Amino acid sequence: MAISARDLAASYAGRSVWSDATFDIEPGSFTAILGPNGSGKTTLIRMILGLLAPASGRIEVFGRTPRRGDPTIGYIPQRPGFDPELSIRGRDFVELGVDGWRWGVRLGGRAKAAAAAEASIEAVGAAGYADHPLGRVSGGEQQRLLLAQALVGSPRLLLMDEPLSYLDMRNQRTIVQLIRDLARRRGLTVLLIAHDVNPLLPYVDRVLYVAAGKIATGAPGEIITTERLSEIYSAPVEVIRDSHGRVFVVGLEEETSHPHA
Amino acid sequence: MLEVLPLTIPNPTPSWNPLEDVAILFHYDFMVHAFQAGTVVAIVAGSIGYFVVLRGSSFAAHALSHIGFAGAAGAVVAGLSPVVGLLAFTLGSGVAIGALGNRLRGRDVTIGIVLAWTLGLGVLFISLYRGYATEAYALLFGEILGISERDVIVTLIAGVITLVTLVTVYRPLLFSSVDEELAGAKGVPVTGLSIAFMAILAVAVTEAVQVVGVLLIFALIVTPAAIAIRFTSRPPFAIGIGIGLALLFTWLGLSIAYFSPHPVSFFITSLAFFTYLGVRLSEPLRRALR
Repeated sequence: MAISARDLAASYAGRSVWSDATFDIEPGSFTAILGPNGSGKTTLIRMILGLLAPASGRIEVFGRTPRRGDPTIGYIPQRPGFDPELSIRGRDFVELGVDGWRWGVRLGGRAKAAAAAEASIEAVGAAGYADHPLGRVSGGEQQRLLLAQALVGSPRLLLMDEPLSYLDMRNQRTIVQLIRDLARRRGLTVLLIAHDVNPLLPYVDRVLYVAAGKIATGAPGEIITTERLSEIYSAPVEVIRDSHGRVFVVGLEEETSHPHA
Repeated sequence: MLEVLPLTIPNPTPSWNPLEDVAILFHYDFMVHAFQAGTVVAIVAGSIGYFVVLRGSSFAAHALSHIGFAGAAGAVVAGLSPVVGLLAFTLGSGVAIGALGNRLRGRDVTIGIVLAWTLGLGVLFISLYRGYATEAYALLFGEILGISERDVIVTLIAGVITLVTLVTVYRPLLFSSVDEELAGAKGVPVTGLSIAFMAILAVAVTEAVQVVGVLLIFALIVTPAAIAIRFTSRPPFAIGIGIGLALLFTWLGLSIAYFSPHPVSFFITSLAFFTYLGVRLSEPLRRALR
């Protein structure tokens, strides 16, 4: 299994965020992490990254206890976009994904880092603006460079915290397709937090639904239904489908009161 | 050796022969020392300034020097060297600011509150010290023309330590300055680095105070880097340009001041300011030409 959790529980500042989470993520699968704000989606990501220890239970990433700086994980943190004044080239940022945690200046490995960054930039189609300041390129372009950075170390697992939230609809669709294509070609396991499942629906294999202190899992069609969500969360949840086939979940937002996502 | 410790120089007149002018410039030991110390300080300030700008820590840098003022004034009252008090206070507050974290919301408010109080302390110490007002004046506005040979050596040692440390932490510092969350996930000790950076900055600020004083520190640490990032978004180039500009401002400032009755700090800060202004104003023009 890529990720496997048994009776996993998370707490933040002494309060329980969610508990009794048991699930498996298969290698090469595309999983969307859904749920209302503050339900603990980022907490789960931080636990997989080894930045937060479980309150109880067990979690393994490729059969090992998560550890900080795991080179098999590529990561895109949640951010509303880089500061427009940030004066560093996209290319330099991607190169930091190669060896940015090592001490000193890059001496011998300069050509190798540059080549790895170049290949990654090409793969996400960001060559046209990789030499522009990171703060000055558009949100969609920043997201591609973030993706290039996450992929540069040839990871097996890609963790993304709301990579679509600050993009318009058209960019959302192209980024999701890009992620899906790259993941298929490279056999990557993808976990992606989203607050709207609709741009993802054609691509996701599984859904981790984080709400009301619980994590439920299943195929999107079987989990995002009025009956299942109501049953799991013992709350009057309603799943509405509009005429375009878009899905909306109503009734879970009021159930959560955790201060941190 | 001449014992000359003026705040402004007895102004000789420049000739039209540049070689002769340079000879005049380095005639006195105090000018040689000023150039030596100024060169070290400019290199340190120019390079650390890049990270100050990149991390959005220019207010913290500014605050460090002001907090250092209270320490320096206190040291003078206690009969110690002002540099000792300056370094103690900038290091102490630097480490505290670093521990607050780089991205903490409201950090600047906290810094400002501490800053206001320490400036109040500085005023108290100045009033307690019945000696020369020049001591306070030199701290506030710099005393590069009063630098001894021993000061130059101390500055050089501190400068080398600062640069070696900066080179050692270069890559992870750059990474965490661009994206702290990501760098942390990749195994960079972000809080430790944040503290280390502020400690390096504290030493750099203490050095730079000799040249431009606590009030004018921005001109050497922040302005050159702020200009540099408008020309290039490649970190090593930006650092190089920053160092070059800091050197230029210092050398030119010293040279002009030597032939004029006005203080060095005024010329250094003016050169920095007008260069920045020129670069900003010419931006639409340069963009149109591209």
